[in-house]
Amino acid sequence: MNDLLSENAKSMTIIVTKGTLDWAYPPFILATTAAAMDVKVEMFFTFYGLQLLKKELDHLQISTLGNPGMEMPMMGMHMTMPNLVSAIPGADALCTTMMKNLIKKKGVASIPDLREAAIESDVNLIGCQMTMGLFEMEKEDLMDGIEIGGAATYMEKALKSDINLFI
Amino acid sequence: MGSVQMPVSLDTKGLNCPIPILKVKKALMRLESNDTLLVETTDPGSVIDFEVFCRAKGHKLVTNYEEDGVFKFEIRKST
Repeated sequence: MNDLLSENAKSMTIIVTKGTLDWAYPPFILATTAAAMDVKVEMFFTFYGLQLLKKELDHLQISTLGNPGMEMPMMGMHMTMPNLVSAIPGADALCTTMMKNLIKKKGVASIPDLREAAIESDVNLIGCQMTMGLFEMEKEDLMDGIEIGGAATYMEKALKSDINLFI
Repeated sequence: MGSVQMPVSLDTKGLNCPIPILKVKKALMRLESNDTLLVETTDPGSVIDFEVFCRAKGHKLVTNYEEDGVFKFEIRKST
């Protein structure tokens, strides 16, 4: 029953490098689902991924720039966002609001909810020390209960892990 | 142990991947082996994912059918 404590428990690490609302989903969805399947999960947040460890997550946005794959359903059609659009002040904020409404309407969990679910299921969150120094972020800027570590911390976990992902 | 428990029901209608699986996992943790969990979802992805989840964790997916756009599952917890 208690697979997490047994020797043959499976484990997964995820390197989280992106700090946008849309890219916050894949790592948290995989982490929470893996944890539900009794996989021990370690998430290593580096560079822009550190944004996902901030106490509040209201600041997460999506960007229309360089994303030809983004087709927002709108009035029964799909609307792509030309790169030029993101040059308009407030365009990203508007797209973010649209995305958040869409997420709510479709019953998709919010990022704060998924992060909470990850913590509840004992997913270990690690903030990258070097990136924190680079961007002058303090431990107080980030949520409580996380581990701080560097590349060696990650490697030690990755070497013992069954699955290692870079997102 | 030994006593027959009433099946526990779980409603995840309107919620999408991965929340239904997370709720099933939580609900199963509170049950004893061989207890039954009845789940309702509206997420079409859950049809495939519940099957995989049960197979991976040794739970028995007793029934699995759709009724009026609602997917209904009967899961018996592994021993």
